[in-house]
Amino acid sequence: MSQDVFAAALPVSAAQDTVSDAVATPGREQPFAALGLTAEEYARIAGILGRRPTDAELAIYSVMWSEHCSYKSSRKHLRQFAEKAPATNVLLAGIGQNAGVVDVGQGYAVTFKIESHNHPSYVEPLQGAATGVGGIVRDILAMGARPVAVMDALRFGPADAPDTRRVLPGVVGGISFYGNCLGLPNIGGELAFDPCYAGNPLVNALCVGVLRHSDLKLAAATGPGNQVILFGSRTGPDGIGGASVLASASFGGAGEGAKRPSVQVGDPFMEKLLIECCLELYQAGLVVGIQDLGAAGVACATTELAAGGGTGMRVRLDSVPLRDASLGPAEILMSESQERMMAIVEPDRVPAFLDICAKWDVQATVIGEVTDSGRLEMTWHGEQVVDIPPGSAADAGPVYDRPAVRPASQDGLVAASPALLPLPRSGPDLRADLLLLLGSPDGGDKTLVTEQYDQYVRGDTVLAMPHDAGLVRIDAETGLGVALATDGNGRYCQLDPYAGTQLALAEAYRNVAVTGARPLAVTNCLNFGSPEDPAVMWQFTEAVRGLADGCRQLGTPVTGGNVSFYNQTGGTPIQPTPVVGVLGVHDDVRRRVGSGFAAEGASIVLLGETRPEFGGSLWAWLRHGHLGGRPPAVDLAAERALASLLATAAARGLIVAAHDLSDGGLALALAESCLSGGTGCVVRPPADAATFLFSESAARAVVAVRPGAAEDFALACEQEGVPAAVIGTTGGSELELAGLFSVPLDELSEAHRAALRTVFA
Amino acid sequence: MTARIGVVTFPGSLDDRDACRAVQRAGAEPVELWHDQASLRGVDAVILPGGFSYGDYLRCGAIARFAPVMGQIVEAAAAGLPVLGICNGFQILCEAHLLPGALARNAGLHFVNRDITIRIENDTSAWTRQYRTGQDIRVVLKSGEGAYMADPQTLASIEANGQVLARYASGNPNGSQRDIAGVVSEAGNVVGLMPHPEHAIDELTGPSADGLGFFASVLQAVAIP
Repeated sequence: MSQDVFAAALPVSAAQDTVSDAVATPGREQPFAALGLTAEEYARIAGILGRRPTDAELAIYSVMWSEHCSYKSSRKHLRQFAEKAPATNVLLAGIGQNAGVVDVGQGYAVTFKIESHNHPSYVEPLQGAATGVGGIVRDILAMGARPVAVMDALRFGPADAPDTRRVLPGVVGGISFYGNCLGLPNIGGELAFDPCYAGNPLVNALCVGVLRHSDLKLAAATGPGNQVILFGSRTGPDGIGGASVLASASFGGAGEGAKRPSVQVGDPFMEKLLIECCLELYQAGLVVGIQDLGAAGVACATTELAAGGGTGMRVRLDSVPLRDASLGPAEILMSESQERMMAIVEPDRVPAFLDICAKWDVQATVIGEVTDSGRLEMTWHGEQVVDIPPGSAADAGPVYDRPAVRPASQDGLVAASPALLPLPRSGPDLRADLLLLLGSPDGGDKTLVTEQYDQYVRGDTVLAMPHDAGLVRIDAETGLGVALATDGNGRYCQLDPYAGTQLALAEAYRNVAVTGARPLAVTNCLNFGSPEDPAVMWQFTEAVRGLADGCRQLGTPVTGGNVSFYNQTGGTPIQPTPVVGVLGVHDDVRRRVGSGFAAEGASIVLLGETRPEFGGSLWAWLRHGHLGGRPPAVDLAAERALASLLATAAARGLIVAAHDLSDGGLALALAESCLSGGTGCVVRPPADAATFLFSESAARAVVAVRPGAAEDFALACEQEGVPAAVIGTTGGSELELAGLFSVPLDELSEAHRAALRTVFA
Repeated sequence: MTARIGVVTFPGSLDDRDACRAVQRAGAEPVELWHDQASLRGVDAVILPGGFSYGDYLRCGAIARFAPVMGQIVEAAAAGLPVLGICNGFQILCEAHLLPGALARNAGLHFVNRDITIRIENDTSAWTRQYRTGQDIRVVLKSGEGAYMADPQTLASIEANGQVLARYASGNPNGSQRDIAGVVSEAGNVVGLMPHPEHAIDELTGPSADGLGFFASVLQAVAIP
């Protein structure tokens, strides 16, 4: 759709289409198609209302029933997360809320969620990524929590592609600009490259917040007579239709500029004030219900609050403070202007509420009240422009059971086994392959990106990049903390979306476990192509099934998440890329385990079983441009045993370093541990050194055992049933594979650091 | 009696909580000061913490210098009150003309978060007397506009007066002239520092505990004999 059509579709503000107009002119043509609704959906709206919708109502339904807000293609499948959820008592609030809330003990709860901002970040990288951070932070804030850290999982086209040099620095700059100014430490994430993301990068932002159990807030407008207060930034014309036009349609080949006005513009300073203001309002007990304004703005907040409370609501749209006085009701409803929240407040508490807002220089306006009518009613200068049952927009949108068909090409992909790829045998060949992986953008040093993020603010960051997981302290007295990691692997999922998604889950779970934390709960951001493509829908259903089954086996419930469809360029979808976030609790962060080899003379132990598994591996891709066969075998029982061992070993102080093995296998893990700790190692490889170094078998980690604790650790491995092999010793200033090759740390470091220089050159 | 150290919160201050924690760790009592109250609540010293006061939309620190609390601070500083500006606080002190020079955009144009080493060049100020001149300490740098700039006469005079408080000693991370990481007023009570000592008070959450010396120093400076 062209922007002209879209702009023309919006009603002009001069003459408003009222409810009585809608009754009087039943046959008037309305631009439902330009707003992204099908003829069936349009007819369904008329059926619900018993008349045609007004323009303002049409605006509400168009955004609320968009794929982005309604999950109409995914909802049927996402039910598995609840149906297959493991028995757990850690969940205080789950799917359907702004974010899931997990009990982490000592009266504390943690809420976390990951969300995509892919399309806005391609159209306008800096603002797109910045407002992605802003949106997820408000989701966390709306649960009653103080946001305490952010992470981001980023995927781009090839690092040397010209457009990557436009998109990547812009995205990183946006996360840096917004997150740093908010005062939230950025504690980790991912950075990956693949040609499939060249025309559709993935920008997934995660936020985690902390609250006391009693502070939990829900998005529900209860208590007829209670006042509806909109506070934060004024409403402007930015981001109108972002949910329906931008997030719920594919990019065409050209003309992305036409979508630019759908990208919002962020003001992190206002968001910082909003955070402090909200927390003070919560503290003072002035908030009955609260909702952030994200996709679909006022339309979404009002319908969800009223639907959540099972009540009605009356709103005077003309009292919404505007940045652009020419906006009409439909535009106000659809605007995605950032840094806004909506609260439900008892009438006699309104003055106190407004006082706190004034203290923080946050504009706050009473725009309506809760009613018991069961209707969402809105007026514009006294005339009624909206009169709908709120649940019909918020919860009762269309649900599609879209056809899902395993594509015929899948057989060929699986048949293209990596078993025929020539493995390196000689020392020099093995050495060259190690340096190839280490010097690639995927395996390379991410410091050029991560040092643009403040990792220290708030003073509770215990582990951040380049460790496997971020770890933040919650309570300085007891040492209670939470660890977080996100992982995804498009290559694995392309080969087998069911197993690939479980591998992403397993990797994030393992990344949390290596710090010594116990994995507790899961969030996810499911990035896929168009759901209207049966092959994509098959990938999606397999991924959801894999995640639901995997979470049940690992005992970690899915607490919430986000689906991002339409990630494709023309007819070519991205690799299926579910990104899984795992949250763990650390009983005492002073016993955290980092990934670096910092001390000499520690014996290095490889945990888990290594098999010749190269399907979807970084080595096969980088050395041979090969993607085929099956991804590494999934063994979730082995993952559980490994995690349990690592938690025990950390608590008993048996290990001084631990690093998860994933892309790039042991080779990359050893090199990273040497570089981040500044100490070399000598490792004795078995006969098949290539498999030893580059296989990506799952359920593995490499650890450095505290000198003197070798026997205790070996016993612990035996008790947990984790295969363990002593493979070498830390020390020196080289990474040495005995009898094969060695690389001085300086040379390793240079190769590692050179990987991303071209992007920022 | 415990010394009371004020920490100012402007709209957009971010490291105020960290500064309070550092003050506490050093054994003093942190006192929260609010930007629009023209009162210092009788504190013995003041810290202007890092952050993005007022969003730093005009120029870093340019709006904060007009906050009501700043009038009190300028007056008290003239009378000898120890004042430490960290990062954004340093920018505010320069804007308020309590310190010479200015902070410009980093040479690389990017925000830089990095563990760095700085060398203490003046161990007589109210905030550095627990260090030795020439001592290297490990702290955190995290800023986008941290390049210290001054005209040649000013540079010459602060060098001659011993007003260069600290220099970057592990490479120049932001293009600061003469590797300057911090400066001190002529009287020795007002200090501006681009790196963050308050993020280096504990090896668990920072690169070292070297930064505690700044806070311990001011306790010594304000101790009633």
